[in-house]
Parts: sequence; structure tokens; C-alpha cells
Amino acid sequence: MEKAGSAREPVSRPLWVNAEITYKCPLHCVFCYNPTDYSRYGPELSTEDWLRVFRQARELGAVQLGISGGEPLMRDDVETMVAESSRLGYYVNLITSGIGLTEKRIAAFKEGGLGQIQLSFQDSTREMNDFLSSTKTFELKSRVAKLIKQYDYPMVLNVVLHRMNIDHIQQILEMAEAMEVDHVELANTQYYSWAMINRDHLLPSREQLVRAEEVTNAFRARVGNRIKVYFVVPDYYANRPKKCMNGWGTTFLNVTSDGLALPCHEARMLPGLTFPNVREHDITWIWNESPGFNAYRGDAWMKEPCRSCPEKENDYGGCRCQAFMLTGDATNADPICDLSPHHGLVTSVVEKAQMPGKPVTAHPLVFRDDANSRRLSGAENKKEEV
Amino acid sequence: MSAPVPLALDRVLELQRQFRFQWEPAQESFVLLYPEGMVKLQGSAGEIMKRIDGERSAERIVADLEATFPGVDLRDDVLQFLEVAHGKGWIRARTG
Ligand code: SF4
Ligand code: SF4
Repeated sequence: MEKAGSAREPVSRPLWVNAEITYKCPLHCVFCYNPTDYSRYGPELSTEDWLRVFRQARELGAVQLGISGGEPLMRDDVETMVAESSRLGYYVNLITSGIGLTEKRIAAFKEGGLGQIQLSFQDSTREMNDFLSSTKTFELKSRVAKLIKQYDYPMVLNVVLHRMNIDHIQQILEMAEAMEVDHVELANTQYYSWAMINRDHLLPSREQLVRAEEVTNAFRARVGNRIKVYFVVPDYYANRPKKCMNGWGTTFLNVTSDGLALPCHEARMLPGLTFPNVREHDITWIWNESPGFNAYRGDAWMKEPCRSCPEKENDYGGCRCQAFMLTGDATNADPICDLSPHHGLVTSVVEKAQMPGKPVTAHPLVFRDDANSRRLSGAENKKEEV
Repeated sequence: MSAPVPLALDRVLELQRQFRFQWEPAQESFVLLYPEGMVKLQGSAGEIMKRIDGERSAERIVADLEATFPGVDLRDDVLQFLEVAHGKGWIRARTG
């Protein structure tokens, strides 16, 4: 694999494969992490393409498979994917809004060896849930949660927290308890894609966060080991960036519905990089050799202050996509870091979020849907086709 | 780290439902897979976990291992590992 004389460190193996099998989704979440220009992407990979990707990644050592979207259940071959990937030895995770999860399908997934279902809920009150996903889905999700329990799956409830729902955290946790879930993930919105457009609407105030964490800790103290609760604060409130994807090209392989292989969900936005398509290349070449995956491995690409920073092993300079989105240069330090000369770009947004009430923004909430995506594709065409 | 939790010696042991145990060639090790994670179980840990199959009790696992590795007194180590695995929620005593 390594060329003689190469100074590159040996490449680690991917452990986690995330398959975004479709960008179709009946919901319209304002924090959706799918690319804003998804509407202009080419045709979806076929079943055979996906099975080939799973097989090749498994041979390289991947053990975890996430089947996600969009809403993965919009495809009718998820049963085949679950059965085949489980046979290959993956721990298979289905990440779904619950729409389309019928008893027939859930039974087939069980038969196929599905490991876990992650069900996403936008909020615990029906009105809020409907507002945030702009369809009537809350009752349906409660029904689905019952089915998941009935078929004895470990269940993770995923709630994306933000300014408009974080004050309902008590009800959210009570709902999780009533549904007998095993884990609750209360992850604050990460500001990419649609959430970046809606950032001013979504970033909670410091006071909201403190209160939410207090409620979460009280809940933890009461339920003990019965339910594990993860609470993730938005990185905008941190002074060091996250170790994004555990390091670029070290652990995580994302494959998009149209076949692009990416080192993270969002890397498609980075200018000047071409990412390989699984229709044209095998996963071993993609992972070990492709220029896209090698672009930000190690630390040779770093600029100051990261390059000489004693902490660089902790976070590898944070997230390349966040650095690009906020500073216009993906090789800068992630401006979440207070050592970054661009850190002010983050603190000014955080300061704005401390003002009570509705945020003052230039535009109303932008819902994820095809019309908005087409509009945003037009705006981004130029940048992407350089 | 979770504290060890005692197990009845005569109860049949099984994996908790969210785990998957297998030999992983890329890791050259037995591994325990669970939602979004993996633990490597090297050496004796792998040998013990291999025997958690929903049919054997702790007592039988000790006997099996002592038959496989004769002349070594493994009892205390095996029981200690099982209690740790129990404490971590990897395994449980079968009901019924
Ligand atoms: S975040 Fe919402 S809109 Fe986006 S794919 Fe998931 S359920 Fe669909
Ligand atoms: S300067 Fe760079 S490497 Fe150092 S802590 Fe900040 S982001 Fe991480």
C-alpha cells in the first residue's frame, strides 16, 4: 500500500461506513444535514452498487454500518441491504424518522439481523414536532416506537436540540422514559447545510443551555442506568473544536446516494477537492490512495496556529468544513478554537444568541424541500463547478 | 469502568441483545460490537466470551476452559472476568 520512501503515516482502516442511500425524505427539517443542493445530484446507486460497497468496505475492516438518508425507508431494498450487510459481519444501524416503518418491514429487518434502530424525534409536543418537520408525524412516531420495542430492538431516540425546542427538554425526557428507550441522544444542532442557513434561529442562548443541562442531570440522577442520556452542547459554546470524524480519513467513510465517497457528511462542499465515485473506483483505492481522502490526513496541510500547536493531536485542528464555511479556507484552524484569529466569527454569533426572544435575522426559517434546494443549487453552481 | 456484578454460577449466560460477538480478521482479535462501537477482546477474554452462547453457565465455562487449557487454575480469573462483563452489561443470565 505504502510507496517506498513515502513520509506518510500508515493509513488506518475505516471502522464506520455511513450509507446515505437516498436524499428523498417526506420531512422538511430546518436543521437537515443533507446538502442544500441535493436536488441536482445524479441518480441513486443501485442495490448491486450498495452491496458491492458494503462488501469492499467490510474487506477493508469496517464493522459498523449506518443506513441513513434522507429517509432510507423511501427505498424498497433496505431489507436486502440489512440482510446482506449483517451476513457480511456488520453491526447494522438504521437511522430513520420512522416514516414508512411498517410492522412487515420491521419484522423483515429483524429476520435480516438489523442491530439497532435510531429513531429521530424533533420534539415531544405535537405542535412543535409538526412545525419543525412541517408534516403531521408525531403520532406516527409514537406508534413506531412501540413497534421497535415490540420487536425487541435496542432503541436510540435522537433529538436534535435547538433554540426553539430546548426549553421542552423535560417533556422530551419524560416521553423517552414512557417509550422505554435505551439511549437518548440530545445533540445540539451542528451548523452545516440547512442548519447553517437557519443558524440564527437555531442557536440557543447560554441560559437555555445551562437550564437544559440541569434538567438532564436531574433526570439522569433519577433513572440511573435504565436510560443512558447523552447531551451534546453546540461547539459554538466551546473554546476548542471537536476532533471532527475522529480525524479526517481515519475512521469514517460516507457514501452519498449518487455514489460519492467522502471522509465526512459535509466534505462535498470543500472547493478544490475531487472525491471519487464508488461507481468508478473500489473502496480500497478510495480509502488509501484517492487524493480527496489524503487531502487532510496527518498535519502537513496545517497552517498556524495549528501547525506548531502542542494540542494538535487532540483535535487535528477541528473541522475542515467549518473552517471553510466560516473563514473561506479549509486549511485554517476551525474558528471554534479561541487560538484562531477568526474566533470572533463565532463569538459574534454567540453574542447575538444571548438576546432574548426571536432572533433578528434577514430571512425567515428555510425548510428543507425540493424547491428551496433547487433555489440554493443555483446559488452554489458556480462555486462547485470550478 | 463499571464495577463487577456477581453472577449465579449455575445460570445459563447469554449476550445482551444489543451486542454482536465475532472474530475480526482486520483486528486479528475477537471483538464485541454494539451500537456505534467496538471493544477488542484479546487473549483469554476472547476465549471466555466465545463460550457465552446461551447454553452454558459460568460453572460450565470454567470447566470447558480448564479442559481446553489443562493444568492451569483459571477459575478465579474466569469468574472475575464474567463479573466485570456482567457489570458492563455485555452479558446476562438467561431467564426461563
Ligand atoms: S433531517 Fe429531517 S428532512 Fe433531513 S433527512 Fe432527516 S428527517 Fe429528512
Ligand atoms: S490551534 Fe489548532 S490544533 Fe491548536 S487547539 Fe486550536 S484548533 Fe486545535
